[in-house]
Amino acid sequence: MSRRRPFDPRLLRRVPATRRHFVVLGLCGVATAVVVVLQATALAAVLAAGAGGRLDRTALGLFVGLVAARAVLAWAQGAVTAWSAAAVKQALRVELLGSVTRRDPAWLAGQRGGSLATLAGRGLDGLDAYFTGYLPQLVLGVTIPIAVLARLVFADWTSALIVAVTIPLIPIFGALVGWQAQVATERQWRRLSRLGGHFLDMLSGLPTLRAFGRAQAQVDVVRRMADAHRAATMRTLRIAFLSALVLELVATISVALVAVPVGLRLLSGGLTLQVALLVLLLTPEAYLPLRAAGSKFHASLEGLTALDDALSALPDEPAPGEPAPSVGTAVVRPGPIVLSGVTVEYERTTALRDVTLTIQPGERVAIVGPSGAGKSTLLGLLLGFVRPTAGQVLVSGVDLATADLDAWRRTVAWVPQRAHLFAGTVADNVRLGAPADADLARAAAAAALDEVVDALPEGWQTMLGERGYGLSSGQRQRIALARAFLRDQAALVLLDEPTARLDAASEAAVVDATISLLEGRTGVFVAHRPALLAAADRVLRVEDGVVTEILRPAPALPTGVGG
Amino acid sequence: MTAAERVVLRIARPWLSRLVGAGLLAAGTELAGLALMATATWLLITAAGQPPVAALTVAIVAVRTLAIARGALRYTERLAGHDAVLRIITEVRARIFATLSTRPARATDRSGDALSRLVSDVDAVQDLLLRVLVPGAAAGLVAVLAVLGAGLLSPLAALPLAAGLLLAGVVLPWLASALTRRTAAEVAPLRGALAVDAVDLTAGAADLAAFGATEAALARAAGRAAELARLERRLALIGWAVDGAGVLLAGATSAAVVLTALHAGTSGTLVGVLAVGTIAAVESALALVGAARQRTQLGTALSRVSALLTDPPPAPVAGAAAGTPGLDAVSVTYRAGAEPALRDVTLRLPAGRRVAVVGPSGAGKSTLLAVLAGAVRPDRGTVVGAGDPHRVGGLFADAHVFHAPVRDNLLLARPDATDEDLAAATSAAGFLDWVRDQPAGWETEVGEDGGQLSGGQRQRLALARALLLRPEVLVLDEPTEGLDPGAADAVLAAVVAATPGAIVLVTHRLSGLDDFDEILVLDAGRVVQRGRHADLVARPGWYRDQWSTQQGYLAVAT
Repeated sequence: MSRRRPFDPRLLRRVPATRRHFVVLGLCGVATAVVVVLQATALAAVLAAGAGGRLDRTALGLFVGLVAARAVLAWAQGAVTAWSAAAVKQALRVELLGSVTRRDPAWLAGQRGGSLATLAGRGLDGLDAYFTGYLPQLVLGVTIPIAVLARLVFADWTSALIVAVTIPLIPIFGALVGWQAQVATERQWRRLSRLGGHFLDMLSGLPTLRAFGRAQAQVDVVRRMADAHRAATMRTLRIAFLSALVLELVATISVALVAVPVGLRLLSGGLTLQVALLVLLLTPEAYLPLRAAGSKFHASLEGLTALDDALSALPDEPAPGEPAPSVGTAVVRPGPIVLSGVTVEYERTTALRDVTLTIQPGERVAIVGPSGAGKSTLLGLLLGFVRPTAGQVLVSGVDLATADLDAWRRTVAWVPQRAHLFAGTVADNVRLGAPADADLARAAAAAALDEVVDALPEGWQTMLGERGYGLSSGQRQRIALARAFLRDQAALVLLDEPTARLDAASEAAVVDATISLLEGRTGVFVAHRPALLAAADRVLRVEDGVVTEILRPAPALPTGVGG
Repeated sequence: MTAAERVVLRIARPWLSRLVGAGLLAAGTELAGLALMATATWLLITAAGQPPVAALTVAIVAVRTLAIARGALRYTERLAGHDAVLRIITEVRARIFATLSTRPARATDRSGDALSRLVSDVDAVQDLLLRVLVPGAAAGLVAVLAVLGAGLLSPLAALPLAAGLLLAGVVLPWLASALTRRTAAEVAPLRGALAVDAVDLTAGAADLAAFGATEAALARAAGRAAELARLERRLALIGWAVDGAGVLLAGATSAAVVLTALHAGTSGTLVGVLAVGTIAAVESALALVGAARQRTQLGTALSRVSALLTDPPPAPVAGAAAGTPGLDAVSVTYRAGAEPALRDVTLRLPAGRRVAVVGPSGAGKSTLLAVLAGAVRPDRGTVVGAGDPHRVGGLFADAHVFHAPVRDNLLLARPDATDEDLAAATSAAGFLDWVRDQPAGWETEVGEDGGQLSGGQRQRLALARALLLRPEVLVLDEPTEGLDPGAADAVLAAVVAATPGAIVLVTHRLSGLDDFDEILVLDAGRVVQRGRHADLVARPGWYRDQWSTQQGYLAVAT
């Protein structure tokens, strides 16, 4: 694990509101330190008077007033750190999620996109412990010792000297015994117990254990392993807790170093009771915040890691004065789509090699080829999801790399291989991006979705997605088709294997709907089934990133195809 | 106390003495701290009267002892508490596993997320005991002893102390959860919704971009993030106000104790002791505010755990009927009102028979295997051989590779297998050469869910394990998935050759089926075609279409 700094300065740049919060937190820290000192002074006066059987009303009133002030400060300090945490989480969430517009959809749908989603969701909640637990103690760890020392110098400078010499022992011993070691062991402990290592493995494998008739026999193994984990965990904890014990003893011995001479001088009459009481009350306060910061550091590590991940995941903000990205060139439609010398390279593979082809308006082009040959990449190029490594994609003579992609995509209807179901109603899922008054019923009828909707428990209002109703591949495909049908104005239709993985009944419905969607539009579709291939004017074969035209008995259109 | 907490305590009963011990140590730690401050104050005030040193000796020794004891007690308390709680957690885990292992397959058919949630739910039990119960009970004990102690020094002064402790330990915790309950209840679903938004924006990024809906989805997520921040700010304002009130309470109680004690004419030395002791006592009672807060957060997780632990066990599965394994007119419907997943399927599986099941996704292939093996019970029809892995068993789609050595993963199928058995099974699956190449051989660790293996090796390991089982009917769900086409054909041929019993193979690859006795084509749960490969290729239908697609694209394009 990399060593984490207690504070990441990038945060101030990224979320400017935190500067204000930190100023308030600092002021609270200074005020708290002053109040702590004054409160101890007042209490010492009350007790010194009380020891003589007198009631010092002024000091007692002052003490209560100062306690009230400290209560208000505790509230203010807690509130401002919590507000800061809320502001930081909100800002980072919005920015992290906003960064999806600058990412390639394939990247986002993959594992790294998944961790981005987790980070923006629950990951950032780990920041609460850092902001409300660790940061304030860090501030108090600076202000309170200074205030205590300042007060003690006036009251009894020998005590002040001992405190000044022993306070650095806390961080020094902290480093020696090893907050880091403690963190490492606790982290290991968390991994052991939280993930339950073996326990989760057994739970995930339960169907397999049952398939081999071993589930019942494994109960004892689970118990034995859990017990072995306990023994291992206790071994690490014995060391982890030891560091807290050492710090506590260091603080206690330091207080004793101060207290013993004070007591002796009190006995010999060299010191007043009030000053002695003040020293007794103030000295432990000086060591407390630093110890607390140490013990809260490990709880806030999770949040610090999330913060680091979030700040690193965000691209650098544009330098001030840099012009906003200009709006791209509008694509005039309809016009020919030309790929000229297009090569697409991914990290480890080349998806397309030097592809040159032209698709005329109104033409229907089918694409066939083995999986992983670059068919989906070809569609991704036309949607602007994938940028060519070399070469150009021109639509009506405009390079898509410089085009206004939002406007271009408005003229494209796309049916992906596996449409994402969003957490929302069926209606929301079909409407996706279309105006609220879009004619859902007509699109549903055209996509053969109406029978699916009728069969759902709450019709159009049935919830789908993460927490909702799952749909079969065929039903999902019809949702995607209905989305495409809602785009009345689309001039280009792109379909990615719309009938893959469908049962016979769904396939027939989807093929019919697809053919009517293609009517009067340019169409590019990945397909293997005869029914859809029959609707194509041309069939292109993609294999190993190379595009070739398959010659068919029907007269081919006079268009250029290279590869 | 909630029903879920009672369930947890019932399980914890055998370790109750350890828990009580930990609670006593925790109380001892707090009392040592309290006594330390009180004795030290007494020492100073008495010393100011300049008595002979001998009068202070006992107190000096007491201060030293208490200072060391506080640290030592805290250390042992933390260790004892963790040890007791981890012992209880061991029991909880074993019981949860035992409960789930008796459940029918569908009920435990959980996503990875649900499983991780179950694991963190168990941690809620740990938090309940370690952060709520033990510190809560200790704080209560300290409060009672503090009042008793104060009563000995000055009966009248014990009254304001008792009132302050009652406020700190009962009223404030109640107030803290009462004031925040409504807002806190809104926060949890909002966090969930935001997490779903994040998934939609990433996993659904392509759909959103293609349909120009990204901006609207972002705006919705941003709105939720802002609403969540607003609720969190409100919670913080209330929550920290309660904490501030606790600080005020400690000081005010101490002031009231001083006033009462002076009024009652208590000796001046004891006034100081009472004042300092009161602050320490109230501060330790304030731990109950945190415990109450923690307890509110644990509610949902605890009720999920206790629901699992108190579920009545399902009725035992009827013993498998004797006879040739297979299905007779079997239908399965998963959800009331849904289309059947399997309709009227009959399949006989005498020894040596090779059957393949093919069809589009969702056609019911995996359901057929599940019914055969007894993981799913049919609504109609009879199944012979189901429920006994040694009659019908093998490789299922959800095969899990355990975080253990290769050998342990294999021995799961047959605990008494010899090295020769292992070699024979792995060799048929094409996995033996890889094992021999590893420095650790059979003891090679495969990582979490086989993460140290490539997809192909993981599949071969799972297949070898299924072969080792040697059941009457070997069930294989996509055994060659993840292998390249050449390897897939070779492995399938070797597996068929090495299996003396019957085979039921579910596959999407149609090559290598020439010698199979029968091929069933499923569509929407029905057997739409059945016959040998040569017959099916000759007839129009799904099988022929699929065969020609897999053979090459030129064939369909001409």
